[in-house]
Amino acid sequence: MIDYQYLKPKSLEEALSLLESYGERAMLIAGGTDVMVGIRNGKFAPEALISLRGLEDLAYIEKDNDAYRIGALTTHRMLETHPLIRSELSALYDGASQVGSVQIRNVATVGGNICNAAPSADTAGPLLALDAVAVLKGPRGERNVPLSEFFTGPSQTVKELDEVLVEFRVPAVMGEYGSAYHKHSRRKAMDLPILGVAVSLKVTDGKIEDARIALSVAAPTPIRAKRAEDFLTGKMVSEDVLEEAGKIAGEEASPRDSLRGKAWYRREMIETFVPRMAQKALERLKNR
Amino acid sequence: MEKITVSFILNGDEVTAEVPPSWSLLKTLREYFELTGPKEGCGVGECGACTVVIDGKAVNSCIYPVAEVEGKSVLTVEGLAGTDGTLHPLQRAFIENNGVQCGFCTSGMLMSAKALLDENPEPTEDEIRTSLAGNLCRCTGYVQIVESVQKAVKMMKEKS
Repeated sequence: MIDYQYLKPKSLEEALSLLESYGERAMLIAGGTDVMVGIRNGKFAPEALISLRGLEDLAYIEKDNDAYRIGALTTHRMLETHPLIRSELSALYDGASQVGSVQIRNVATVGGNICNAAPSADTAGPLLALDAVAVLKGPRGERNVPLSEFFTGPSQTVKELDEVLVEFRVPAVMGEYGSAYHKHSRRKAMDLPILGVAVSLKVTDGKIEDARIALSVAAPTPIRAKRAEDFLTGKMVSEDVLEEAGKIAGEEASPRDSLRGKAWYRREMIETFVPRMAQKALERLKNR
Repeated sequence: MEKITVSFILNGDEVTAEVPPSWSLLKTLREYFELTGPKEGCGVGECGACTVVIDGKAVNSCIYPVAEVEGKSVLTVEGLAGTDGTLHPLQRAFIENNGVQCGFCTSGMLMSAKALLDENPEPTEDEIRTSLAGNLCRCTGYVQIVESVQKAVKMMKEKS
């Protein structure tokens, strides 16, 4: 067991100045469900942990005229139990409610899930399909990064060492989309996905006006299947059209063989679940 | 590394611990306070044997940094029975309904169920299973455990 200092800044400013003085010797910790496990497994050996948990004002779910605003410290349990998320950003409900267990969801934060940048992160696909923007704060000020540009590799993001992720913004217009996320895994609980598929659709009188398809564990980072999205846009909804979109998304993915599943299997499951999640998104739109 | 001082409420009592900053809440409970009800199974938040309730919410104490309980209220299985030793309905139901076999998962199961019933006194079977999904049991096959929680719900309803 390694020893480390545990620092508890009370404000974002204090956290940023600690980050600046410790540099690479420190790590940020939020809910800790990845960081504590990583330390135990020897993956991380920080001299200090800088805890963000004292920044309670970064845990919120709000909606204004422009956007849904989700604080980075919002727990998965908060997302899962918030009526706005369930009814208007349903894919995010699907993702958040299937992470780990209740015990994990009570502490694990959405900011942590995204910054840990596992290819299998269950909130990444939904947030990508909902066009989320990550808001980063650091010594050089604030910058907004679309989630589609946030991940650079497994466990790697564009977030600089001295920056803190503070908020996700989902454009208010996404509330008019129907959305759904499927976590494909072998067990019902306590498992990582073999594949994640998120779809959001805007449909008027049977015509698809806009589509977002996001895939996780289908490439080194969570990705958007943009060719499949373009194919769907402007088409009338039909089983054939949705199936064709699934095929295109399967071609766009670059899954690998791993312990959890072979590349060919993942590709076939993309072909299966893109149309199914599109159907689910459409049903949700109808029932609203 | 210099020790840190953490003050919190443990099973209703105000307590203070002086422990290394890298200690988890579980290690602090077991080795500083000698409360061995919460168990270490996996140590990485998968098995739920270490489950305790913090401010009304079930958490895995094995991956909960002890520094984070400052000012919070922690309930372990040792605090579940009344001060006069009267067992909580959940404890009685687990005993009467064979919800316990080897016992290693039991305190975690009880604490997850306790957090559930405090929030939702009449859960469906699905809600019970979801709340216990992070508590692994290798003996029972879970049926008696779920039934024990249902029985406790009944006992608590009859009482009130």
